[in-house]
Amino acid sequence: MPTLWKITLEILRQRQNQPPHVELFELEVDPDENVLDCIERVWAFHDRSLTFRHACHHSTCGACGMRVNGVEKLTCITPVREVTHPNGVLRVEPLRNFPVLSDLVVDVSGFFQRMEQTQLSSIAPLSQAKLPFEPNPPTIWQGQRLIDCIECGLCVSACPAANTSTSYFGPAVLAAAQHVYRQTNNPTVMQLVNCADGLWRCHSAYECSAVCPSNVDPAWRIMDMRRATVAHSLRNIFKRPNQKVAP
Amino acid sequence: MNSRPSILIIGAGFTGCALAHDLSLRGVNVTVLERGEIASGTSGRTHGLLHSGARYCVTDPEAAIECITESRILSQIAAQCIEYNGGLFVALNDQDLAYSAAFEQGAQATGIPIERLSPQQALQREPNLNPNLLAAYTVPDGTFDPLRLALAFAATARQNGAVFLTHHEVQALHADGQGRITKLTAWNRHTGQQQTFTADLIISATGAWAGQIAAMVGASTVVKPTPGIMVAYNQRLVHHAINRLCPPDDGDILIPQRRMVVIGTTSFEVENPDYIPITAEQTEQMQRAAEALVPAIANTQRRGVYMSARPLIVSGSSGRSLSRTFKCYDHEALDGLPGLITITGGKATTCRIMAEKTADLACQKLGLSAPCRTKDVPLRSYRLYYS
Repeated sequence: MPTLWKITLEILRQRQNQPPHVELFELEVDPDENVLDCIERVWAFHDRSLTFRHACHHSTCGACGMRVNGVEKLTCITPVREVTHPNGVLRVEPLRNFPVLSDLVVDVSGFFQRMEQTQLSSIAPLSQAKLPFEPNPPTIWQGQRLIDCIECGLCVSACPAANTSTSYFGPAVLAAAQHVYRQTNNPTVMQLVNCADGLWRCHSAYECSAVCPSNVDPAWRIMDMRRATVAHSLRNIFKRPNQKVAP
Repeated sequence: MNSRPSILIIGAGFTGCALAHDLSLRGVNVTVLERGEIASGTSGRTHGLLHSGARYCVTDPEAAIECITESRILSQIAAQCIEYNGGLFVALNDQDLAYSAAFEQGAQATGIPIERLSPQQALQREPNLNPNLLAAYTVPDGTFDPLRLALAFAATARQNGAVFLTHHEVQALHADGQGRITKLTAWNRHTGQQQTFTADLIISATGAWAGQIAAMVGASTVVKPTPGIMVAYNQRLVHHAINRLCPPDDGDILIPQRRMVVIGTTSFEVENPDYIPITAEQTEQMQRAAEALVPAIANTQRRGVYMSARPLIVSGSSGRSLSRTFKCYDHEALDGLPGLITITGGKATTCRIMAEKTADLACQKLGLSAPCRTKDVPLRSYRLYYS
């Protein structure tokens, strides 16, 4: 048996359309278990009214993003030992910059609608599923895989610019647009994000890349997309009439 | 619109979502009640192997045939969330090798295309495989994203008019004056309020929890929650689904997914699948099984450890020998409880055919003659679930 830790789970709770309050749950946990397991245990044994989002429990679905002690975490792969200590506190809150439906459940519909506008495919050839500056997989065999972005929304929650404007597209959507543009050179997706609420609202805090649990590096992708957009605009300024320029 | 027959589905896992999609295409008014989120029970936590059926071609040919047929259909209609890179069965010792003959025969009998590779050929395809492997076979396996597969079914169902109410927990089923189960009470966990819903039919698609729903009205089901543990590692060490060439056993499948590999699984029975603790012994057991297939696992960081409760149909025996195929219970014939149907058992790979058979029964009861169309209708983008 592992040595159990006594911890206090502080959960920010909220019924639909009511003010939030904090509720405390005293738990004995294996420090190697993940924060999501603790939350599920509270639901199973202490309070069946607790609501939270989760599905895969191994970081492929992106449903269980929450703020743990003030930092955005994918709770299914966040061991208790990494975020508190024996007799410590674990404060769990819903993601910021999303409407709260109840307790730890946020409304991701606006976010998914914007992601869909970019037409980002969830599957890509192995060589295109990763960041472009990473080496190609050491195989000549041509396979495909699910891309890195799991649409967890951690980047949106951590983004200070998203905190100032609800109309801002947010890091995940801009990163998705960059991914699509680098795959397809399609100017439509560039037009989609070349606006005040798109690429130009970001003020380079890089919080998105700091919290991303899945190697997307949204901040790098936003900067890369800005470069591509500026280059495209400059080419358009200097292009002679009737001269064809690659997009 | 009110003249359309209405069905309430309990549970939004793979089966409930695929069933909502099927019934919506047939013109039924569908409402799905789910106590958590989409795929927050067994479905979301599934291993993620799109089974070619080769795993069952010796021990359970019926399940194998279902899997090869359905994995081909899913790879067409749900390509948006499937890594369809094929799989390998590898023999690591003489006992595995002795299984080859039965495996080849089983694959042929069930129509699963396999190809024998020499150890060198296998290592060329998958350099991280155990270099001491004795033989390998290719199989048409794949890997899927569990949540996105369920969402894709739900998204398409929603586009066709189905209503999904998540965080609605069913608390009671009620009979009308004639003893027909047509009404249920659900607890909206967002608001804390109770609400009743009525329909022409109620279908429980609650998988490992089917017994709990059936017990609300004294109906019978014979499902055994049979959890298994899975361990995810932080590197994509293989690109094929790697199966051990042996009868179905603990830790016999290592799959790639995104930048990870995931080993699974164990098999034991529980009464209540709401919370199943993870034991260190099982985690270590999976680690050893994974290292046997791909030794580099030993130097790879663990990323997640999780548990999922399969709904296995009891057929007089226990554990691994339970049939992987599904069962649709007509409680009118079984318990004299008209209005209630239970669908349980099965696998993620066979969710579409489970939905088809259940919808066939439901339509027959409602006097509808609409045929199933789900084989040929590509699923809409999973993101449209949130539209």
